[in-house]
Amino acid sequence: MSDAVRDQLSEAEGPQTMAWDSKARRLITIYLPLACFLLILLFPFYWMTITAFKPNSELLDYKNNNPFWVSSPTLDNIRKLLFDTQYPRWLVTTMGVAFGATFISLFSSVLAAYAIQRLRFKGSKWVGLGIYLAYLVPPSILFIPLASVVYSMGLFDSPWALVLTYPTFLIPFCTWLLIGYFKSIPYELEECALIDGASRLQILRRITLPLAVPGLISAGIFAFTLSWNEFIYALAFISSSEKKTVPVAILTELVQGDVYQWGSLMAGALLGSLPVAIFYSFFVEYYVSSLTGAVKE
Amino acid sequence: MSGAETISWTPVRKAPSPLARLFDSKPFLIAICLLPAFGLLAVFLTYPLGLGIYLSFTDTKLGRPGVWVGLENFQYLLEDRVFLNAVWFTVFYTAVATVLKFALGLWLALLLNENLPIKSLIRAVILLPWITPTVLSAIAFWWIYDPQFSIVSYVLVDKLHILSSYIDFLGTPWHARWSLIVANVWRGIPFVAISLLAGLQTISPSLYEAAMLDGASSWQRFRKVTVPLLMPILAVVLTFSVLFTFADFQLVYAITRGGPINSTHLMATLAFQRGIPGAALGEGAAIAVSMIPFLILATLFSYFAIGQRKWQQGGSDE
Amino acid sequence: MAEVSIRDVRKAFGTTQILHGVSVEVADGEFAVLVGPSGCGKSTLLRMIAGLENVGRGEIAIGGRVVNNVAPKERDIAMVLQNYALYPHMTVRDNMAFSLTLANAPKAVQEQKVSRAAEILGLGSLLDRYPRQLSGGQRQRVAMGRAIVRDPQVFLFDEPLSNLDAKLRVQMRGEIKDLHQRLRTTTIYVTHDQIEAMTMADKIVVMQGGRVEQIGAPLDLYDRPANLFVAGFIGSPSMNFLKGTVQNGAFRFGDMMLPLPPGPGGSDGMAVTYGVRPEHWRLDDAGVASIVRLVEPTGSETQVVAEIGGQRVICAFRERVSARPGETLHISPDVMHTHLFDPSSGMRMA
Repeated sequence: MSDAVRDQLSEAEGPQTMAWDSKARRLITIYLPLACFLLILLFPFYWMTITAFKPNSELLDYKNNNPFWVSSPTLDNIRKLLFDTQYPRWLVTTMGVAFGATFISLFSSVLAAYAIQRLRFKGSKWVGLGIYLAYLVPPSILFIPLASVVYSMGLFDSPWALVLTYPTFLIPFCTWLLIGYFKSIPYELEECALIDGASRLQILRRITLPLAVPGLISAGIFAFTLSWNEFIYALAFISSSEKKTVPVAILTELVQGDVYQWGSLMAGALLGSLPVAIFYSFFVEYYVSSLTGAVKE
Repeated sequence: MSGAETISWTPVRKAPSPLARLFDSKPFLIAICLLPAFGLLAVFLTYPLGLGIYLSFTDTKLGRPGVWVGLENFQYLLEDRVFLNAVWFTVFYTAVATVLKFALGLWLALLLNENLPIKSLIRAVILLPWITPTVLSAIAFWWIYDPQFSIVSYVLVDKLHILSSYIDFLGTPWHARWSLIVANVWRGIPFVAISLLAGLQTISPSLYEAAMLDGASSWQRFRKVTVPLLMPILAVVLTFSVLFTFADFQLVYAITRGGPINSTHLMATLAFQRGIPGAALGEGAAIAVSMIPFLILATLFSYFAIGQRKWQQGGSDE
Repeated sequence: MAEVSIRDVRKAFGTTQILHGVSVEVADGEFAVLVGPSGCGKSTLLRMIAGLENVGRGEIAIGGRVVNNVAPKERDIAMVLQNYALYPHMTVRDNMAFSLTLANAPKAVQEQKVSRAAEILGLGSLLDRYPRQLSGGQRQRVAMGRAIVRDPQVFLFDEPLSNLDAKLRVQMRGEIKDLHQRLRTTTIYVTHDQIEAMTMADKIVVMQGGRVEQIGAPLDLYDRPANLFVAGFIGSPSMNFLKGTVQNGAFRFGDMMLPLPPGPGGSDGMAVTYGVRPEHWRLDDAGVASIVRLVEPTGSETQVVAEIGGQRVICAFRERVSARPGETLHISPDVMHTHLFDPSSGMRMA
């Protein structure tokens, strides 16, 4: 290896293509498998989209039509979904529940993470561990007793049941994430502010929170997505059709009888996924950082 | 020190109000900060957890308080073939799906760790299956698994002529089980891949360079450098993955609802079926409570995995 | 402005005793430097003065007021930290004005104080920048500006120059000293660098292992170190120590003799440590014979590492020396500038 190549190697920030690495080898060992992965991971979305725009004649006839394409796209399925069902209503409910639960969770988590990470008290480690353990309790073992709690509170079949129960899995996640962000803010800043004459709440509001904004955004969009996607509580606690959330409603309201309306089902799945997908596209980096941040903590 | 043009102003050092003093006292502040989170978690997590365990020893029905029946629910369940089958399938589903998810996820992570064009776009797109509501992508799978109009069958039979007849994906128990596992793996790969990619990126390239100069082949570099350094994060991701796969509900509920002939019930879906539509809260709770020992095992595993991680990094972990 | 009194302050973290009863008086307007190796407790002491650590036992008073139980913001102090702790989300102007906005100072007052501080520190053109857009030296100045704006009774500096490169460090050292000479605010400055201490201080407090070793003016410490630790810590390259005994009114080690410094010399046969600073050796044909091990010309002087009677010494000669390793060089100490210590207690004898 010549000196020049070695220099290049030591300066390399990440893995890079070396002169001795053949293009053909990379094509077979890297690009081909990657293409397969992408194809398989994305195909269901493509299939969902294409189906949503197919008229029934094409949908169920693969002999005379190429199933992978739409020759005469139609908006019928989507129109039916928007105007013949309560989809707009479900959308509004889901949005409201997601915003409410996110707000409550973020508020509680910021305070809890601040207390655990910044106010440092005896046993704050144990409190942190307790929050971590709460994250490990899956909703599927809680929904039965929760149903009875919700029932006895008179919240059954009310969106409030969801707004109040979603924080049980959102708070642990958000708190854990925010602890990580708070940890990265130097203590000296707070000490300096303390000498500058700030009270603890002023420090939280004027120093810590502005510096944790990326963390707040990460936690917020994540909480929103998780609320949007939540299924089991929404299925168990809501019974009247007009109060259902999108995922539950599409599965329970659109699937009727034995002959499935695949066109409108797929339109429902597409429209139900779209808000999070759009939301996601704006904040990709935050999603990735919160996902990896939560795992690394 | 002050110049002639100085506007005179002296800070007013008034005694802080009692309320301000209260909010500046640390114990009070700690209590008030922890209150909302702990209040919510206590009412909607800790209490229901305890209540669930209590309910599993009663014959409570939806809307009717029950009486203490001791271990009767569990005794009944132990003789219930549907329940035993659900336990078996849950373990099988978790084990097979986890192995596949990690094998494929690690492979994908290694591919993504290569020097690629439009890397961040690929990374963004890969997370899509994980970001979209599970139930909705499950419906897409349901459609892909349609007995008459499955696109997979169409390609295999009519285009590639590998098979002679359409696959009945959800009609027979084993086909249905594998179909569910495939859907679960599809949904889980992005999480595993992106998490492990984050782990891979913390491994300094200079280690690979050193190994390369020492004459290690790419497989040896993977075995001797990548795997040991990835182990800690692998263990954490594994725990989360096992935990959430074991407690899975949505995929099965959306695609098969436990059918055909109860062959694909997970413990969670069975608990739901018995507890909510079946109104037998006590029995449903007993099924859910039966999941707890498995979850504790997974959590302990996580605890020791994190402990090991501290040890590996010389205790200086952040 | 105010004097600061530290009276028998003790502190322990868990079972580790950090400070074993430290007492220091800093007069009004004085520039005091706390210096010592890392872990000597100097930073802890400073943080206690600032109110960031609880005072374990003892008393700290600022301007005659005991502040043990006073919150940092009510102590009327300003502090410059090692990494400057500039608020990254605020401009230079907002950083400097932050304490004033917290005190609800009128806008005009804020404006005036900030521009005055900016003028003193030459920051006028940088007021609308963010900390990340500043160089190390500029950040340092902003941190000082933030302190000046408050017109505090006491300035506290916690190793403020240790993040700067060598050249900038010398420059900022001068600026801080210059600032103190203009403002005359009582200043307590913590560093591990004895050169900083020597060049800046009115009064140096040398600390080691949670104890005060010596307090005094820089040159007093240099000329009359109270013990072996201070003698070795102050001055660079550090003082040479030779182990030997007192014999017939002279210092004897091996088969060589050196003259004792004036003053009480100790009785015959007593074991002593004899100290000579490198610059106090001179070439002298009548001196003791030393074997040259290493010659390091720095341009302005020549440092020679040599061996006398099996003990290593460093000499710094103003003249250029052409000796080579292995050759013999005759040298003798400047008797008026030699030191004698009791090796068992480490205390100065003469």
